[in-house]
Amino acid sequence: MDKVLFLIFAGIALGAAVNLLRSRHPIHSALSLIGVMGALAVLYLLLGAEFIAAVQVIVYAGAIMVLFVFTIMLLNVGAEVPTSGSMLARYLGIPLLALFLLQLVRLLLGQYPPDQASSFGTFVGPTEKIGRLLFTQYLLPFEVTSVLILVAVMGAVVLARRKP
Amino acid sequence: MTVPISWYLILSAVLFVMGVAGFLFKRNIITIFMSIELMLNAVNLSFVAFSYVLRQLSGQVFVFFVMVVAAAEAAVGLAIIIVVFRNRDSLNVDDIELMKW
Amino acid sequence: MDLAVLVISLAKIAVVLTVLFTCVAYVVWVERKVAGRIQSRWGPHRTGPFGLLQPLADFLKALFKEDFTPAQVQRPIYFLAPFLAMTLALMSIAVIPFGENITIAGRTIFFEITDLNIGLLYIFAVTSLGVYGIALAGWSSGSKYSLMGGLRSSAQMISYELGLGFAVVGVLILSGTLSLRGIVSAQSGFWFGVIPKWNIWPQFVGFLVYLTAAFAETNRTPFDLPEAEGELVGGFHTEYSSLKFAMFFTAEYTNMITVACLATLLFFGGWMAPLPWAWVQHVPALVLLGIAALMTRTALRTYRLERKKWYFAVPALAGIVGLIGLAFLHPVFAAVAAPMFWFASKVFVFLFLYIWVRWSVPRFRYDQLMHLGWKVLLPVAAANILITGLVVAL
Repeated sequence: MDKVLFLIFAGIALGAAVNLLRSRHPIHSALSLIGVMGALAVLYLLLGAEFIAAVQVIVYAGAIMVLFVFTIMLLNVGAEVPTSGSMLARYLGIPLLALFLLQLVRLLLGQYPPDQASSFGTFVGPTEKIGRLLFTQYLLPFEVTSVLILVAVMGAVVLARRKP
Repeated sequence: MTVPISWYLILSAVLFVMGVAGFLFKRNIITIFMSIELMLNAVNLSFVAFSYVLRQLSGQVFVFFVMVVAAAEAAVGLAIIIVVFRNRDSLNVDDIELMKW
Repeated sequence: MDLAVLVISLAKIAVVLTVLFTCVAYVVWVERKVAGRIQSRWGPHRTGPFGLLQPLADFLKALFKEDFTPAQVQRPIYFLAPFLAMTLALMSIAVIPFGENITIAGRTIFFEITDLNIGLLYIFAVTSLGVYGIALAGWSSGSKYSLMGGLRSSAQMISYELGLGFAVVGVLILSGTLSLRGIVSAQSGFWFGVIPKWNIWPQFVGFLVYLTAAFAETNRTPFDLPEAEGELVGGFHTEYSSLKFAMFFTAEYTNMITVACLATLLFFGGWMAPLPWAWVQHVPALVLLGIAALMTRTALRTYRLERKKWYFAVPALAGIVGLIGLAFLHPVFAAVAAPMFWFASKVFVFLFLYIWVRWSVPRFRYDQLMHLGWKVLLPVAAANILITGLVVAL
């Protein structure tokens, strides 16, 4: 059952990621990215990270991507027009990236052979424990990230303001 | 039925490489930004998988911080994109080349 | 994952969806009747006795209307948006508990489709995604009214989502769990033997913030600028016709029902009876019999005036309601159905409040709306969290 769920949602994630790369219009890419995030949220649930799955949907798919969709709608972005740039980067780059991926996969399969398996329910990340960790062991990063968000909000407001 | 943990890590690697590909080969700046978010998501999946393997919650806490930083970065980045669009009236990265030698 | 669990879950889903769709249809009826009475007119009263078949008439009209797709829309997203809106609205009902449990053949069946550890976060997640239905609808329609309506509505929804989340944190501090069933269970019991331990008493400010944010989340007056007819033609659903419009409509009313259910679960004790005394257990039976008597009386009086033969349907319905009321005298049925009665009546009070506010107050201007969301609700809710945390810690 775990395998079936994993395969379905990994397939959705990969398909959406491919669609992100292949779309001409940014809005289709944005929707594909939302699909990736949703599929990843289910995979987090399979790995027992229930709080992180919910936060992924609320924050990432429900707020950050809304920001992206807003910008695309506001700027009225059209489809990408194919330009006559150099294709050399593409012809060189894609094989190199594929090589890189193969290296990564080889490394991972070597470190984590298939007998190290995960099954649903053996490790759960309850919200209460994560909250406790955030407020005791990781208090400093927590406060620093809140200052970071404040700075980001101020920066975004100042940058996007129209000069009177 | 159980899922080998390496599958999660391989999926994360594939998504990461796809993010890199989008970052290098796409020309619309918003799509490039979205590829960055894809890379961050792939890394998040790795963190959660390792948190499972090592049976520690620190991995999940770190995912939380990654998401927060991604949110801040997306906000400021999109504000910059809006300003650039207002000035150059184009979202193609090839057109933003005033400072190129 | 054995077969019995699967079958029971599917049965629960079927029952909940049927009841939900009927409720959505009849909330529309209640709204139009109440709106009519507030405005000193009748409301629908020709289609069926007392206009009871009006929702069916609306649905048939929507079904048979010409489904017109304008030329300038972006097709895939134009078709996706209403499905997204309706699917997400229906998904949020999955974690709402309606009552206690029932034990059949040694198996305890809980009255909810599923009880997640993160039930409340799940509802917030689904609500966050609901913004997309509206934003994409507004954008893909390719007309400036729709775009403005869609942008404004999405901005409004994400602003008030924060207020909604903050308002609920106070409840979470008091309950200690995100599971909705857990939150309701934490409200059981009575202070001084009389006052129920509902979260409304310690969290009154939180409740007010929640209610305001909920009105704004569901795009209901006084926050319905994005779909106001006078300001923006139809807002984000200008270019949608017949069945797709009906989907947006259903999504809006389903969201309304979800938010009303959440308000009762979080602040009003869910399915708990308000008073602990022994005679309270007879209240459901008395209320239902009273409703049945009222329905019969109204039907007979109207029949004397209008002499329409099919008014007999109303006394028949009244008979069914009366029978259910009488069934409450049977202890097993009462134990199972009384919590559902209390839950349903509290949700009904909230829905009535929604409708009442809609037809009584004017709508906010957009900048007033944003000012309220960011500069008033957010600080008030944050102060509420601070004070609640202090009081609990000390």
